[in-house]
Amino acid sequence: MTSRLSAITLNTFREAVRDRVLYNLVLFVLLLVASAPLFSQISIGIERLILVNVGLSAMSLFGVVIAIFIGIGLVSKEIEKRTLYTILSRPVRRWEFIVGKYLGLLLTLIVNAALMTLGFYLALFLTARQYTRADAGILVAIYFIVLQFLMVTAITLLFSSFSTPIFSAIFAFALFAIGTFGEDLHNFAATASGATKWLAMGAAYAIPNFASLNVIGQAAHDQGVGGSLIVFNTIYALLYSAAVTAGAVLVFERRNLK
Amino acid sequence: MRMHAIEIQGLSKNYTVGFWRKQSEPALKPFDLSVNAGETFGFLGPNGAGKTTTLKLLMGIIFPTSGTARILGQDFRDPEIKRRTGFLPEQPYFYDYLSATELLDYYAQLSGVPAAGRKQKIAELLERVGLGDAGKKHLRKFSKGMLQRVGIAQAIIHDPEVIFLDEPMSGLDPLGRYEMREMIQDLKDRGKTIFFSTHILSDAEALCDRVAVIHKGELRGVGVVNDLQSSVASKTEVVWNGAHALAGVTNLLIGSHVTGDTVRATVGQPELDAVLEKLRQQRASLVSVTPLHGTLEEYFLSKTTEQETVKV
Repeated sequence: MTSRLSAITLNTFREAVRDRVLYNLVLFVLLLVASAPLFSQISIGIERLILVNVGLSAMSLFGVVIAIFIGIGLVSKEIEKRTLYTILSRPVRRWEFIVGKYLGLLLTLIVNAALMTLGFYLALFLTARQYTRADAGILVAIYFIVLQFLMVTAITLLFSSFSTPIFSAIFAFALFAIGTFGEDLHNFAATASGATKWLAMGAAYAIPNFASLNVIGQAAHDQGVGGSLIVFNTIYALLYSAAVTAGAVLVFERRNLK
Repeated sequence: MRMHAIEIQGLSKNYTVGFWRKQSEPALKPFDLSVNAGETFGFLGPNGAGKTTTLKLLMGIIFPTSGTARILGQDFRDPEIKRRTGFLPEQPYFYDYLSATELLDYYAQLSGVPAAGRKQKIAELLERVGLGDAGKKHLRKFSKGMLQRVGIAQAIIHDPEVIFLDEPMSGLDPLGRYEMREMIQDLKDRGKTIFFSTHILSDAEALCDRVAVIHKGELRGVGVVNDLQSSVASKTEVVWNGAHALAGVTNLLIGSHVTGDTVRATVGQPELDAVLEKLRQQRASLVSVTPLHGTLEEYFLSKTTEQETVKV
């Protein structure tokens, strides 16, 4: 089982690398490093703030776009090109295929994020000419971005297991956008009453809460993130991703492939 | 008793159609079929007959509406049986960002081939299918014939006992078809059970021990190739010396050819006795009476050509 899972994971990663997906991060690093001197031109004190905001937001956006654009084809491309026939005619369980694909894309995103982090810290050094203790705190925000990738990848894979690539992309982006404003839905549920309250509450818990994973603003302002939030967000992202991936497996286990 | 490598019992597949998916359309009607161990079995049928559906069912790519099957004595749904079976899909497409060696290594891992000796095994296999020099080449640069050879290689990388091939000669040029036939013959010589679907009858005639004919999702006939050919043999070739006797039997012949005093005529089975009797009466000298074997094509056509009923 482990060998089959790791084979599928590494092949998915290899496909992403050879599809030149990771080249986008070279572009990201080059742009960030090249623009670092520009941030120094801005009045003293806010160049770091802008760099952290722009850098981390770009890292998050790049990752989510890659997760969705690769994720939508993870299953459908294998069905369409019939490469799946030569996989399922081996002792590969369908759940192994889905989980292997998920882990492969996640590995791609993590490597992507790691390389972008290196570029970001290089740009940070070029801007401030030194590292401070607060700079280490930015890693928490980056960690939360990776947790976000965990969830977006699972959501895209779920849609990809039963829908066409275009619809999968639309659904996944829509859910990402709604989840980004997840806190507002929670607040609305708290103020509503009766059936509306329950409906809003149900929706607020069902949609992914990306808002609580966004601490870019706090990182930019050197505000620390509490340990309890780190633990809570980790558990939340893991559970949510596991549940959604299990949903993708359930759908795929029953699917007749054309 | 000979062991069955494949036993299909009442396997069928219906697809739901229509907007609400309430209508059920049969793609494969329930059928029984057994394939002996070590046999090369041809699954014949025109396009859309249900050949690929059957193979997809056996490979677990789609699920049956009813029925079951056993492969090498194990339930076909058990993923572990796939360690002992290989599959080449119709017009296969492989990950073109991989080289042939990388692709085979990936499939070998998925089939549970141990890491020790895997590299050596892949090199030997590539050599065997005539791709010894192309191991490092990316598959996107492969020709159709080369891809089909990679297809065979991936199907046998784990040395399976039963090999399923879906239209293995499809889309190949004459040389490619010849090479594929040679590869199948090689597998046959190694004692493998081969189940292959095709609509090219000459390939089935050349390679198969037994064949089944499927048409419109229905199994129409199964048998040993030679027997099937005999079953449609309804003509006999009669050769005699004495052209003068031809006029008396012309109306009983299907066709005839005269060379000097020798007549070579084709006679239908019902008329044979009458023709021989008349030739004796006219003192013609009989040279030979040879039953003409039917071709697999004739058998195939007899099973796939239907009487159309006109509704008034």
